Amino acid sequence: MRHAGQSGERASPSPPPHRVRTAPPISGSPARPYLLVAPLLAVLLVFVVAPLAFVVAVSFFHYDNFAIIPAFSFENYADVLTAHLTYELYLTMIWFSALTWFFTLIIGFTVAYFLVFHVRNPLIAIGLFLVCTVPFWTSNVIRMISWLPLLGKQGLINNALLTTGVIRQPLQFLLFSDFSVVVSYVHLFTIFMIVPIFNSMSRIDRTLFEAAADAGSSRWQTLLYVVVPLCKSGIALGSIFVVTLVMGDFYVVKVMSGGSRASIVSAMYDDISTLLFPHAAANAVILMIIVVIMVSLILRVVDVRKELASQR
Amino acid sequence: MLTAAGRRPWTFYALAAFFALYVAFLYGPMICIFVLSFQGPQGALVFPMRGMSLHWFAELVTQTETGDILGAISRSIPLAIIVMAATVAVSVAGGLAFRDRFRGGAALFYAVIVSLVAPGYVLGIGIGLMFQLLGLPANWYSSALGAQLTWTLPFGLLIMFAVFGRFNRAYEEAARDLGAGAGQILRLVVIPIVLPGIIAVALFGFTLSYDEFARTLQTSGSTNTLPLEIWSMTTNVTSPVIYALGTVTTAFSFIVIGVALSAIALIQRRRYGRALPAGRH
Repeated sequence: MRHAGQSGERASPSPPPHRVRTAPPISGSPARPYLLVAPLLAVLLVFVVAPLAFVVAVSFFHYDNFAIIPAFSFENYADVLTAHLTYELYLTMIWFSALTWFFTLIIGFTVAYFLVFHVRNPLIAIGLFLVCTVPFWTSNVIRMISWLPLLGKQGLINNALLTTGVIRQPLQFLLFSDFSVVVSYVHLFTIFMIVPIFNSMSRIDRTLFEAAADAGSSRWQTLLYVVVPLCKSGIALGSIFVVTLVMGDFYVVKVMSGGSRASIVSAMYDDISTLLFPHAAANAVILMIIVVIMVSLILRVVDVRKELASQR
Repeated sequence: MLTAAGRRPWTFYALAAFFALYVAFLYGPMICIFVLSFQGPQGALVFPMRGMSLHWFAELVTQTETGDILGAISRSIPLAIIVMAATVAVSVAGGLAFRDRFRGGAALFYAVIVSLVAPGYVLGIGIGLMFQLLGLPANWYSSALGAQLTWTLPFGLLIMFAVFGRFNRAYEEAARDLGAGAGQILRLVVIPIVLPGIIAVALFGFTLSYDEFARTLQTSGSTNTLPLEIWSMTTNVTSPVIYALGTVTTAFSFIVIGVALSAIALIQRRRYGRALPAGRH
């Protein structure tokens, strides 16, 4: 029925390939996979593992006005953890993550549901899916600043509301506020929810709908007790993307709050600009730990690996 | 869902309206800045339009009001091409390797995920610190290139997983039975079959590099790439020239996306247009 099974045609995160073995590997050499992953391994070691090790090492260094001095001290952590600002930043960003997560989830789920279950023609479904993904391949900075002419005091929205007489004063909260920050996040990151949820939904066996209906389930109950549970792994993957992207955000908070808010990362940037590398490094390590905790909490609710494995 | 009679339920129309609103939300703001970038010399950052001209596009080229935009473009495009080529090569090789179980594969897969979800700026700081402490100069073609690969490779690899997940290995065996060597099998059988996936990887590699910000900020050395240049403009440029730049780079991105998607569509059409079924892929 319709386009079940074609979802993989689109570029999207999905589990490692099937391990259905029709015959032994073409080249029997046991070194083959290692030769093939050597470049990948090299990039990850040099540009992910080593740099993170450097960050951890430097977070224990001393620093003064002139230099960073190798050492093993916890003073940077003490500085970061005793600063009131740190808690404010983390609470702000966790709050923004939660709001963004909520809205991207609702929008992403609804859009994916429409595309998978309501668009009959598979070609149109692919086309509409691409309409959603194209902005992902364009500049995020540009997409963010494109809200300025809409949300400003003399922006389109305020003007429209003023002319129609809905309001007498321009709405101040639209731009350079928490509102505009969340709008930008939702605008930028909903695609990260749509793609994985779309993927999980495409794998749902349509006969389940009939079975649910035969068993007397309402449409709403089918959604809640059949579709949502089967989309769990997609929702979890999307949530991981959205939460980590917001927690690691640099420019959205800075620009869209009009400078009234800072993000964890923009605080690090300010540290680095004044050469406080060890202080920034300690903050970075704490951020990584918080992000890992948030991701493991999500994985605790949904075992993505098991879910993916069961769907192979 | 269809009802028994094949009529669309009311939810279809509700969801279609929701989808249309989402698309308007997605593209509306972008369209606003495209329109505003064509203002006359008195143009401002908000509506209404003040005149119509290409003034702000000319401003981009003369660079009287802006930083070194042309220089930034002349770095961003070669960088994106290098990142694209490296992403394709490394992801295809990695995808081939992950078809078989191998010791350490799971750990490597986790490292890929870490590379994907680690805050980009933290990786950038790490790479910047590493180059500094090792006494290496940071440059767009060294440190920034590596930094961007930590963002593009996970996407490339996940796409190749999806592609090879539906790849029928019987074709490889058939080629081998017919006497093809390992190199011939790769070049004449595997690559042509997975070509649409490879183009998708190239598209991700190019565009994600071309727009990369957080990982590049601390790693591009003393020169800016285009997103860094645009970002610095958001803080000190208050004329539509920034919209003109947005229009130009977005138009460029659209061209790249259009070329990639048409290539994929063309290959699929040729493949499925033939009388003989071209296999599972």
